[in-house]
Amino acid sequence: MGRARTIARRGFLIGAAAIAGGVAFGVWRFKTPYPNPLLADLPEGAAALTPYVVITKEAITLITPRADKGQGAVSIQAALIAEELDVDLDQVRTEFGPPDRAYWNTALSAEAVPFRATDRGWLAETARGAMAAPMKFLGMQITGGSTTVPDGYDKLRRAGAVARETLKATAARLQGVDLASLTTERGAVILPDGTRLSYRSLAAEAAQTEPVAEVTLRDPADWQLLGKPMQRIDIVAKSTGTQGYGIDVTRPGLLHAAVRLAPQGAALRSFDATRAKAMRGVEKVLPLPGGVAVIATSTWHAMQAAGAIVLDHGPSPFPPDMAGHWQALSESFDSARQDSRFRDAGDVEEALAGGADLEAEYRAPYLAHAPLEPLNATVLYTPERVDIWTGTQVPRFVQRNVAAITGLRTEAVHVHVEMIGGSFGHRLEDEAVRHAARIAMAVPGRPVKLTYSREEDMTHDFPRQIAMARGRGRVAGGRVEALDLAIAMPSIVASQMGRQEIPAPGPDLQIVAGAWDQPYAIPHYRVTGYRAPELAPISSWRSVGASTNGFFHESLLDELIHAAGSDPLEERLRLCDHAPSRKVLEAVAEMSGWGTAMAEGHGRGVALCLSFGVPCAMVVEVSVTPDGIRLDQVHVAAEVGRVLDPVNFDGLVKGGVVFGLGHAMHGEITYRDGLPEQTNFDTFRAMRLYRCPEIVVRGLENGDRIRGVGEPPVPPAAPALANAIFAVTGTRLREMPFDRQIGFA
Amino acid sequence: MPLTVNGADHPTDGLDPAMPLLWVLRDVLGLTGTKYGCGIAQCGACTVHIDGVATRACQVALGDVRGPVTTIEGLGTPEAPHPVQAAWIERQVAQCGYCQSGQIMQAASLLAEIPDPTEEDIDAAMSGNLCRCGTYPRIREAMRAAARAMKGA
Ligand code: FES
Ligand code: FES
Repeated sequence: MGRARTIARRGFLIGAAAIAGGVAFGVWRFKTPYPNPLLADLPEGAAALTPYVVITKEAITLITPRADKGQGAVSIQAALIAEELDVDLDQVRTEFGPPDRAYWNTALSAEAVPFRATDRGWLAETARGAMAAPMKFLGMQITGGSTTVPDGYDKLRRAGAVARETLKATAARLQGVDLASLTTERGAVILPDGTRLSYRSLAAEAAQTEPVAEVTLRDPADWQLLGKPMQRIDIVAKSTGTQGYGIDVTRPGLLHAAVRLAPQGAALRSFDATRAKAMRGVEKVLPLPGGVAVIATSTWHAMQAAGAIVLDHGPSPFPPDMAGHWQALSESFDSARQDSRFRDAGDVEEALAGGADLEAEYRAPYLAHAPLEPLNATVLYTPERVDIWTGTQVPRFVQRNVAAITGLRTEAVHVHVEMIGGSFGHRLEDEAVRHAARIAMAVPGRPVKLTYSREEDMTHDFPRQIAMARGRGRVAGGRVEALDLAIAMPSIVASQMGRQEIPAPGPDLQIVAGAWDQPYAIPHYRVTGYRAPELAPISSWRSVGASTNGFFHESLLDELIHAAGSDPLEERLRLCDHAPSRKVLEAVAEMSGWGTAMAEGHGRGVALCLSFGVPCAMVVEVSVTPDGIRLDQVHVAAEVGRVLDPVNFDGLVKGGVVFGLGHAMHGEITYRDGLPEQTNFDTFRAMRLYRCPEIVVRGLENGDRIRGVGEPPVPPAAPALANAIFAVTGTRLREMPFDRQIGFA
Repeated sequence: MPLTVNGADHPTDGLDPAMPLLWVLRDVLGLTGTKYGCGIAQCGACTVHIDGVATRACQVALGDVRGPVTTIEGLGTPEAPHPVQAAWIERQVAQCGYCQSGQIMQAASLLAEIPDPTEEDIDAAMSGNLCRCGTYPRIREAMRAAARAMKGA
C-alpha cells in the first residue's frame, strides 16, 4: 500500500467522523470536513455526533445518504453504523439526509482514473488519491458505480464508533466513573453496576461532549450484524404495500400533472391543446422547454389530456433511423476519433502482420432503463422556498438546478429524497424534476405531483449507449496469442455530465471499461476506444460501459479460444493473471461441473468480466427444445472482498444476472425520427418469470478491498449466454438482442 | 353504486366513471399500495382482486367495477400478514419492491384457486407480472413456501 493511499484514506475517515474536532488535520487542506449540515436545524436537546447519527430523547436516527433504488442501500448503510454504535436495527429510524457536500462519495473517484482495478501500483494509488480532491469540491453526493458499500464501509462504521465512544464519554463524565469500565449494548451505555443509560437519555448532554475522534473499528470476527443474514429494514413494508415511494407522495391540496414532450433535441414550434383543455379534470395547460404540461385533478386525467395534445416540432438532431446510427459508429473506427489505448501489450501489429485467424464485428443496441416506477416528482413552490419530494441519486444536482429554475437560493431549495422503485441509472438524471419545478411555479402555494406516463418515461429516457466493436486475433498451438479489440461508442460521460454542465475532459474510460482492464496476460493484447459523435443522448445504465464491452471482449475471446481448439474455461484460466479472478473462474467451474458430459442438446458457456473492481464469472447452461433455446441454469461467482449481508448479496447478484440475460435476449430501443419505436413493456420486452433460469450464487472474500455488487453480475451474463448457445448450436451471436436471430423457449 | 374496497364502502358520486380503478384507488382513496407501471396490462403492478379474482386495475373503469375490491392493504397488514405476504417477508423477495404488491396479489389469487400449483401453473399465472429487479427466483421460492404454509394451516 503506497503512502498516497494512506493519506487519502486517513483524510476521508476523519472528514467523515470528527466534524467538530477534525481541524487538527487542516494540513491536508482539501480534507477539511464540511460543516455538519444537520446542526443547522436540529430540534432542541438533540446531539448530532456526526452527520450520520442523530439522537434525541425520542429516537435514534441514522442518516443513510445513498439513495435506495432497491439494492438495499438503506439497510446496509444502517447496519454499518449500527454495528459500531451498538444498536439493533429495530431500534432506529433511517433518513436519507438532506443534500449536502458533507456526504461526498469518495469511492466514485476511484473509478475515474485510468488504472486497472487490479493495479495497486504507486502511480495508480496516487491518482486515485488525487481524484478525491475534485470529487469533494464538486460535492458529488451521488449513488452509483456500485460504490455505496466501498464508500461507506469505513466511513459509516467510524461514524457509529465515534457516536458510541462519545456517548460513553458523556456517561463517564455525568456519572463520574472511569470510561474504561463502561460498555454498550442495544442502544444503551452499561455502567459497572449494570445500570442502563439509554443513548436517548444521554442525547442532550452528549451535545456538550467533544466528539471522540480516535476510535478503533471492531474486528470483523466480533461483528454482531454484518456478515450475517439480515432482515432488510424495508422488507415488511415492501411486502404489505405500505412502503411509500416518490410516486406515492401526497400533500394537502395536491394537484396532479403529466407531460407531453417533443423528441429529444427537437425544437417545439407550437402545440394545439384545444382538445386537452376541454377534457374533464383539466385545470391548466402550460408550455415547458421542449414540451407541454397538463395540471389536472388526477394523474389519469392529466395523462389523458397530455396525450391529446398535438405537438408541432422540428427534427431531432441525430440520425432519423438506425442505419444512420450504426453508420456513425462504423465510421468512428478512425485514428482521428481514437479516444484511448490503455491496453497495448506485446506487438499486435506484428503478431497480426501475417493475417488474423479470426475477425468479427459485434453490436449492442440502445436500452431503456425502464425501472418499474416511472419518473415522478412532487414540488411545492412558494416565492420564498421550494420543497421537492422525489427519488433521486443526485440530490445536489437537483437542488442546484431547481435553484436556477426558480431563481431561489440553493438553501431555499429543500430536497426530500424518497424511496425509489428501481433505477438502473435512470435517476442519475433530473430532467423530470426540473419539469416538475417549472410546473409548480405555475401554481404557487399548491403542491403538484408530476408523474410521467410509461410512454413518456420510455421515449424520453437517456438510454444505454449503442456500441459496436471490431475484433481480430491470432491463435497458435492451442493458445490465444493475439487479441485486438476496437470499440466505438459515443461518450456516456460527456452526454451525462453535459446535461449538468460539468466538463468531462480527457478520454472517456467508459468507452473501454470492461474490456481494456480485463485480467488476462495475452502476449499481444490491445484495446482501443473510439469516440463516436454524439447520437441520441445517453446515460449510465447498470454497469455502464462494461454492459456492452463485457459482451464484446468475452465473445471475441471465446471465439479465439474455439479457433485455437481449446477449452473455454481452461484457456481463460491459463491466460488469467489475477488471482481473485482465477478463483471466481475456478468456483464456477466447480459449481457447474465444467467438463462433465452433458446430455444431447445441452451446452454450457462461460464468461468472466471484471468491472467496478469485482471479478464476476458465470457459467450459463442451455438446452435446445422444440420451442427454442431454454435457459436451464446459471452458476455465478463474484469476488467482493467481504459479503456484508449474504441474503441481500444473493438477491442482488441474481437480479443482476436476470437483468443481463433478459436484455441480451430481448431488449432494444430503436429510434425512428427522434423517438424510440418501443414505448411500453409490450415492445420493450424483458425477462419474464417463465424464462428465468435457476441461478446459483457464490460470493468470494479473497480480495483486499470491499466492493459493491449491484453492477458486476450484468456484464458477463450476455457473453456467457452467447457462448453457451454457440456451444450447443454452433451459431455465434454477435449482436444483441439475440432473439432477432434465435428463438427462446 | 358505492365502491367497496377492503370491506369499506366509498361513495362514487361526482367521480368520472371512465377513470380506471387504479387511479381511483391511488389518487382518490389514497390507497397507494397498488402501483402504476404501464397502464396497458403489461406489467401487473396494479393487480387487485375483484370478487376474489386477480385483475389489472389499470384496465377496469370505475363504472365497470362489479364486486368488492381487495387491494394489497386489505390482503394483510404488517402486523397480520397474509400467508403469501409472510412467505415474501421470510424469503426477502423484494428489491425495489415496486412490483411486489402486484406479484403478491397475483400469487394469492393463484394459491386460492390452486392450493398446490405445479411449476407450469406458477409460470402461467405469474408471467404477466414484470419485475425489473429480477426477483423471479425468490418469487418462485416464496410461492412454494406459501403453498406449503397454507396447506399446513
Ligand atoms: S399498470 Fe396495470 S398492468 Fe401495468
Ligand atoms: S422488486 Fe423492483 S420491480 Fe420487482
